[in-house]
Amino acid sequence: MASETEFTLDTAAQLATAERGSAPIRGRSPWYLAWRRLRRNYVAFSFLGLFVLVLVACALAPVYASHVAHTGPNAEHVLDTVKVNGHTESVVTNGGYISKKTGKPCATSETGCILISAIPIGPTWFSAGGKFVLGADSIGRDVAVRLLYGGRNSLIVGIGSTAICVFFAVILALLAGYFGGWIDFVITRFFDLFYAFPVVLLGIALGSALAINGFHHFGINIVSGSLWIPTLVISYVLIPYVGRPLRGQVLSLREKEFVEAAISQGASPLRVMFSELLPNVTSSVLVFFTLIIANNIVLEAALSFLGAGVQPPTASWGTLISDGQNLIVSRPWLALAPGIAIVLTVLSLNVFGDGLRDALDPRAKVKIDH
Amino acid sequence: MATFLVRRTIGAILVCIAVTFIVFLIFIVVPGGDPAQRIAGKNATPQNIINIRHSWGFDQPFYTQYWDMLKKMFGGNLVSYTNQQNVLTQIVQGMPATFSLTVGAGVIWLFFGILAGVLSAMTAGRLSDRVITVLALIGISMPVFWLGIVTRYYLAEGGLVSWFPDGEYVGILQSPSQWFSHMILPWLVLAVLFIGFYGRVLRGNILDTINEDYVRTAKSKGLTPRRIMVKHVLRTSLIPIITLFGLDFAAVLGGGAILTETVFDLHGVGQYAALSINNFDLPPIMGVTMYGAFFIVGFSMLVDLFYAYLDPRIRPT
Repeated sequence: MASETEFTLDTAAQLATAERGSAPIRGRSPWYLAWRRLRRNYVAFSFLGLFVLVLVACALAPVYASHVAHTGPNAEHVLDTVKVNGHTESVVTNGGYISKKTGKPCATSETGCILISAIPIGPTWFSAGGKFVLGADSIGRDVAVRLLYGGRNSLIVGIGSTAICVFFAVILALLAGYFGGWIDFVITRFFDLFYAFPVVLLGIALGSALAINGFHHFGINIVSGSLWIPTLVISYVLIPYVGRPLRGQVLSLREKEFVEAAISQGASPLRVMFSELLPNVTSSVLVFFTLIIANNIVLEAALSFLGAGVQPPTASWGTLISDGQNLIVSRPWLALAPGIAIVLTVLSLNVFGDGLRDALDPRAKVKIDH
Repeated sequence: MATFLVRRTIGAILVCIAVTFIVFLIFIVVPGGDPAQRIAGKNATPQNIINIRHSWGFDQPFYTQYWDMLKKMFGGNLVSYTNQQNVLTQIVQGMPATFSLTVGAGVIWLFFGILAGVLSAMTAGRLSDRVITVLALIGISMPVFWLGIVTRYYLAEGGLVSWFPDGEYVGILQSPSQWFSHMILPWLVLAVLFIGFYGRVLRGNILDTINEDYVRTAKSKGLTPRRIMVKHVLRTSLIPIITLFGLDFAAVLGGGAILTETVFDLHGVGQYAALSINNFDLPPIMGVTMYGAFFIVGFSMLVDLFYAYLDPRIRPT
């Protein structure tokens, strides 16, 4: 009797025959598996939703401006009035000495008071029919409209610079990892050099230099107010941060059998690089892409805040904060709103990027149950 | 070890020279106003400008100009185009503020970063881990200058409370207590980003290390969790943190705290650079970039040496 319960090769064969009748096991692509893991990560997914929401809101900026606020991002309303709950109020009133503590007018002689030349209208929260929802700035521009347009510019610069950065980093990493030798040596030295650079300092220097006259060399013409300037200035900063780890990955993939097989079949270097090596680093590239957009949005804001990024009167979240910081005493929303917008956008990208990494890298040693 | 040191030093010097050359090239290629015009002022006659161009050597070929600038820089004779002040003196004047900011913030971010990382790794998956992770992510996502503006107004200028004194840098020798109370807020603001970042990196490292065989051995020997964490896990997990700290510390020391210094008006090296950039003043920018590169290159060398000391496997031959 004991021989029946014993697990022999025969029982295994029987089991296999029995299973053959049931549904076959379907092969699934790694992308599908990653997607399934990602789908189960509700936190990452809801933050992706938040980012999409920000994207859509900023993309609809012109619609909001023309149909709700009835003004443009750079339209000034210094002498205009607006009806709030039936009362007529002027958009910008004369300033004076304001107490830093209470935000109320005070005498010149009191300490803790600062002189503000003009005080714009505060947030109306839709009691003015969609006008000046977040108030106006010191020359009477609608802050809500500028926030959306500014978001559009910040996102364009952030995403554009990331695309350029990742593109060059991938090319350099593939070249260095595939060819090795002196090409690898030159490219790694180049990465090292950029690591040693005070990059933010250089970004500011370049940004403010280009902001004066634009760039007109080698047949390239960029006018001084162009969004291309901050985009290009920011794009190079993080190239080594992406390029170095990618180069490491390419270097180890280069030794794998499938690359050897491709080469022995006569595949050209370009073919090996782009259709053998590149697909294997795509997941890392995707993760980097998300996280670097987040980083570049903050960097753009910092440069614009220092006057070396997006140039006024063009709105961006950084220029809005720098416009708002002097009025923070009486109209804190001018500086708070763009800052909160940055935090939410960057946070959503960071959380989603994390989730993406967990989903795409099944070899990660630690899995925390969500 | 000696060859390693020599090789690294030569490499470091080459990098520093390359950095100055690139900065110089940028200012030659990028149109941004003629320095002679800048020195001469608004009402200068054309002859005046030509004279200045000649006496400052702007009519020389660019390699001569570059060589002159290098000579001046290493002789400590670099002079600003805008106000003719010595760059070295200005940098030295800014150093106490920058050093105070960096050292204080560094201590805070290292301490709290490690604390956050250890706490969240030890309670991985539980509520405290989630809370720390969320806080760390928010910290990373916060633009430092915005946090500076907001906290300065609400916590120091009296927007809500006046817990911290508002104002500029006070020398540590003038009044240590004033120095301390003036620096707390800038320290915290600068540290927030790094705390979040270090906490996350360390958490990942610890969770990786905990699965290693030698940790299991330690556990089976009956060591206390505390001893395992401190003596076995943290020892390995902290190595990448030390590298990060060395590099970040150097970057901040080398003028990377430009935003914090500007927002809090600390008159450090970073703020000096920001002001010079607004004036399109090449010599101070060269000086500060060189100063920054010096720290970054020097500290990355130190980090490599320390690494070799900690981990015999990567000891250079």
